[in-house]
Amino acid sequence: MIDHLIQPPFIHPAYQSTVKRGPARPLKPLALGLSDVTGPVFGESTVDALDADLTRNAAKGGEVIGERIIVTGQLLDERGRPVRNALIEVWQANAAGRYIHKHDQHDAPLDPNFSGCGRFLTGPDGRYEFTTIRPGAYPWKNHANAWRPPHIHFSVFGRNFHSRLVTQMYFPGDPLLAFDPIYQGIPDEAARRRLISHYAHDVTQEGWALGYSFDIVLAGGLQTPFEDEHG
Amino acid sequence: MSGQTPSQTVGPFFHDALFLDERTVLAGPEAVGQRIELTGVVTDGDGEPIPDAMLEIWQADGDGAFHPHVESGPVEGFCSFGRAPTDEAGRYAFTTVKPGGVPLSGGRMQAPHVNVHVFSRGLLIHAFTRVYFAGDSANESDPTLTSLPPEQAQTLLATSADGVRWTFDIRMQGEGETLFFEPGLDG
Repeated sequence: MIDHLIQPPFIHPAYQSTVKRGPARPLKPLALGLSDVTGPVFGESTVDALDADLTRNAAKGGEVIGERIIVTGQLLDERGRPVRNALIEVWQANAAGRYIHKHDQHDAPLDPNFSGCGRFLTGPDGRYEFTTIRPGAYPWKNHANAWRPPHIHFSVFGRNFHSRLVTQMYFPGDPLLAFDPIYQGIPDEAARRRLISHYAHDVTQEGWALGYSFDIVLAGGLQTPFEDEHG
Repeated sequence: MSGQTPSQTVGPFFHDALFLDERTVLAGPEAVGQRIELTGVVTDGDGEPIPDAMLEIWQADGDGAFHPHVESGPVEGFCSFGRAPTDEAGRYAFTTVKPGGVPLSGGRMQAPHVNVHVFSRGLLIHAFTRVYFAGDSANESDPTLTSLPPEQAQTLLATSADGVRWTFDIRMQGEGETLFFEPGLDG
C-alpha cells in the first residue's frame, strides 16, 4: 500500500534527524483484516467554524500581520472518489517565519494575534477551505544556511486508519524547494510537485485575499464493500 | 506510479495544533474490558529518548468491537482512537482497555493488539507497528506473531507485572529495533 516511488524513505541522510530516527530494518508486510478498514470518524463537535479561519481564531483585538490567503482543495482517494467529513488539521509559521511553539526561538517576531493552528472537516464533496496568511520561510539547523521553504503542515484522516497522511503544502515558484532536503526526500519529481499548491485566480477575492488550491489524494484501504461505510 | 500525495515529516512544532483536545484517555466509565495504562519510552538509534514524537493508536474494546466516533469532551464509553505526545523523557501514556481479539478476513482470529502510528521530526513518513500483550494465550496462534522470528516478535510484546500497567517501549532503530509493518493485502 505504500508506493515507494512516491513516499519518502525512512532514512534520507540529507535530512539529518532521519539518520538516527528512521527504522533501518525492512518493513514486514502485514495482512489486514476487516477491522482495518475502520478508522476514526470525527464528529461535528470536534471543530467549529472559527477553527478554519487562522486570521481570526487567535486574534486578541488586533489584525493578523501578513498576506491573507484562502486555501481550498479536494480530498480524494486513489480511485478519485471524494473523502467526505474527514478531519484536516493545519499548522504553520507566521508571516515572519516564526511558530508560536515554545521550541521555536529563532530571531523573528511573534504575532500576538496569530497562532497558526486550524482544523476543519471536508464537505460532502470532499472539499475544504480555510483562510490564513502566507507563512514565511524559516531557518533551521539541518545544514549551513538552511531555510525551510514557506509551508503549511497538513494532518489528514481518511476512511481508515491506514489512509492516514501527514504532509506539507508548498507555494509555486519557490526557489527554496530545490535546496530543501525534506521536500527532496520524495524520490520522484512528479510526486514532489504534488505538494506544490496552485495559484487559483477563481478563488482570489478582490481586495481581500489571494487563492491557492491544493488537492490531496489518500492511499486506499482494502478494496472491500466496507470502504464506503463512512463515505 | 499511484496518485497518492506524498508524506512529509510532522516536524517539531505540531503540539499547539494537534493537542487542542485531550485524546490520551480512550476508556470512559462504561468501557468494556480490563482498564489498563499503556505506556513506554520512544528511543532513537543511540538509545536516546525522542521527546518530540507523537503516537496515535487504534484498537478494539474488550469485546473486540471498534468505536470509531470521536467527539469533543471526555469519553463516556470507549473511543477506539487515541493520540499522545512523548514527554521530555520520551515517555507516552494512554488510559484504555485491553482489547479483545479481532479476526482477519477469512476468519482467522488475531490475538489482542493495539495498532500504533509513530510520527516525529526525523520521520519523513509515519511508522506503523502493533502492541501485543505478553502472556496472552491467543499469541500462540496469532497469524502475525507466529510468522515472525522470535526476536522480532519479542519487540511487539507489551509486558506487565499486574495486568494493569503495561509497558511498551519503541526503539526506532538499532539494537532491539521495534518491528514496523507495511499494511497491505498479503502477509
